[in-house]
Amino acid sequence: MNLSMTLTINGERRDIVLDDPRVTLLDLLRERLHLTGAKKGCDRGQCGACTILVDGQRINSCLALAVSYDGAAITTIEGLAENGTLHPVQQAFIDHDGFQCGFCTPGQIMSAVGLIAEAQAMGDPERIREAMSGNICRCGAYQGITEAVLDAQARLAGSKAETAA
Amino acid sequence: MNLFDYFRPASLAEAVAAGSQPGSAYLGAGTNLLDLMKGGVLAPSRLVDLTHLPDLNRIEQLADGSTRIGALVKNAALAHDPDFARAYPAVAEALLSGASAQLRNAATVGSNLMQRTRCAYFTDPASACNKRQPGSGCDAIGGENRAHAVLGWSDHCIAVHPSDFCVALTALGALVEIEGPTGRREVAMTDFYLLPGDTPEKETVLEAGEMIVAVRLPPEAAAFAGHQRYLKVRERTSYAFALASAAAALKIENGLIVEARLALGGVATKPWRTQAAEAVLVGATPGKEAFENAAEAAFAEAKPSGENAYKIALGRRVVTRALMMAAAGTPKRMPALPASPFASETGANAHV
Repeated sequence: MNLSMTLTINGERRDIVLDDPRVTLLDLLRERLHLTGAKKGCDRGQCGACTILVDGQRINSCLALAVSYDGAAITTIEGLAENGTLHPVQQAFIDHDGFQCGFCTPGQIMSAVGLIAEAQAMGDPERIREAMSGNICRCGAYQGITEAVLDAQARLAGSKAETAA
Repeated sequence: MNLFDYFRPASLAEAVAAGSQPGSAYLGAGTNLLDLMKGGVLAPSRLVDLTHLPDLNRIEQLADGSTRIGALVKNAALAHDPDFARAYPAVAEALLSGASAQLRNAATVGSNLMQRTRCAYFTDPASACNKRQPGSGCDAIGGENRAHAVLGWSDHCIAVHPSDFCVALTALGALVEIEGPTGRREVAMTDFYLLPGDTPEKETVLEAGEMIVAVRLPPEAAAFAGHQRYLKVRERTSYAFALASAAAALKIENGLIVEARLALGGVATKPWRTQAAEAVLVGATPGKEAFENAAEAAFAEAKPSGENAYKIALGRRVVTRALMMAAAGTPKRMPALPASPFASETGANAHV
């Protein structure tokens, strides 16, 4: 049974034919579209390494049946940088040592981008830690991650204020 | 994961017709269903994808003062809806204390009600489990069972219901709207879930092909907005299921409690409303003494199902504290750590 679907991935419209309904968004991205930024950690929604944005909201792509997301707009870590310039959240993770081995980092960054858009945790490290609890870092870089998210929040709020002015 | 047919109905009628076929399962976001299918716990032959159905993703104020939540409303969307969170703050707090931000963005209201127990023996196909395979036995009894139920359990099943959301809904007297092959009906949350008895595989009143289309909070639920909290004790501060939780709502007039609502989570085989404890509170002066009496009543029937006697003492303290928090008044802003005993309003300095 072939299933036809359309996704907009990092701004580009893609027509996709699936030969198997079991394919998750994560496997579609990694194995069929060769966007390997989103990582397969636990594959059961517990670690957050597969976090992507769907219509602007962060979700676990490992627990999302691809065919069910027909018509959605997806952003992966590959879609964040613009014209060779890192996204402010990416830059903040580098500036604050928000990682060690880097395996969880794409998921952490996508989760942070989603968190900042949700606007529930402005300037509050405890709210940031709570809102990032779906992303596990086994190197234990949490201190740097929290600082990076705080800094990126402030930078993005600043640039938004500039744009408005 | 087994191979299955995928079907995307265009209407409720098409959904129910497909869902009534043997082997069918309804697909919401799939955060629990796909997890169980990956583990070989469930193997439906057809998934009926409800997520593209129209009209099920709305939060509506009805003329009689009820609030109707469509089955496809996302957990996060509901918790962050300003009007909803103002009217039913304990429901919002319960939602935000469950799962992770990613899961709350995907998981739907209907699926939250339909999620399965996290009993490790249920999720392990190599273990005996009467829920998964009726008649096979229960390896949780006599096994690793410190997280299991102290209320509502039977010799056939001691698994707890995992939801936080459902506990707050149960306290506030929510109703479940159901669509099925024979039409529409509605059932109170307190009647929606069944006790395990000797048929733990039958968890709800839903018959073959029936699906949840909405959850409704009745008009009287809105009167508790000023004094309601959800408190959840767990093994981690965030992203963990409850060991013991309570949703408490009070109506206080002239220094006396005139009406109380109380439901328990993490300790029972279904979201557990305790009207005996509510009755103890009516007419009492809000305070530790009344709340401890209520906690005593809430757990009067509790008994350990294994290495979990601590849950009775813990549960009583959670009830007492949830009532103290409710009596103190609903906080103006959602605490930094929702439903956590470590919560403070800003939370910036409370690194736990």
